[in-house]
Amino acid sequence: MRLLRDRDLVCQQAVELVTDYLEGRLSRSARRRFERHLADCPHCTEYLAQMRATISLTGRLAPEDLTPQMRDEFVELYRRWKSGQQ
Amino acid sequence: MEPDGDLLLRLRSGDEQAFVTLVGRYHEPMLRLAVSFVPSRAVAEEVVQDTWLAVLRGLDGFQGRSSLRTWVFRILVNQARTTGTREHRSVPVADPEPAVDPSRFDASGSWADPPERWIDTAEGRIEAGKLAYRIRARIDELPARQRQVVILRDIEEMSSEEVCAVLAISEANQRVLLHRGRSRLRQLFEDEFREVR
Repeated sequence: MRLLRDRDLVCQQAVELVTDYLEGRLSRSARRRFERHLADCPHCTEYLAQMRATISLTGRLAPEDLTPQMRDEFVELYRRWKSGQQ
Repeated sequence: MEPDGDLLLRLRSGDEQAFVTLVGRYHEPMLRLAVSFVPSRAVAEEVVQDTWLAVLRGLDGFQGRSSLRTWVFRILVNQARTTGTREHRSVPVADPEPAVDPSRFDASGSWADPPERWIDTAEGRIEAGKLAYRIRARIDELPARQRQVVILRDIEEMSSEEVCAVLAISEANQRVLLHRGRSRLRQLFEDEFREVR
């Protein structure tokens, strides 16, 4: 399969495919080409790991709890709305 | 965590605590999203407040064709867009924006200045619980439209379909914005956490 060599990805192209790869939006052949590049390229392998780490770090942000003061304000908002309804 | 569907039933029966629970669940991400549409935090707070009132008024009419969360966030985005958008200041989706600074590659397109390692440093600090505000600060540096998609996809963990519905954008645009937002964020994390050489 050496004939395919001229269609191999370079790093600068590979980094643009990372999201489509993670989203499962690459065609089978494009995915194989991407994975073949990764197998030969430790830097792009590290880059993909960093993109995964970026997503995972972002995903671990828990919403900040309401302060007691904000809680009271929203209870107030609710009661005002409720009394306006009747 | 109580499912949104159960919460909806309690809300409709006039349960005040259900409302406070719903607000606690979404208020903060809604505020972050609102900030990306309007000129100031004060305006964003008004937009979110107005959204909660619109949610209360709309509850009886809510058909449940989308999830409660999608519905609430759509109201927010509509309110924010009506209030005054600053989205036009950000780069249009059609303009190219490379994931990595082109100067980091050589003439053949191979890495000349490869990614510096930072994952272990960041993981170590997140275990120590000191990291959240730094991550939030980096997310706040993203251009508005990229930030919107990153907040919804990667913090709120919405599906791409849900994000498209909330922001009223196409799937292709959603993916471009996600790619750019995550790529920028990776670079910001690299700058922040790379091991000192």
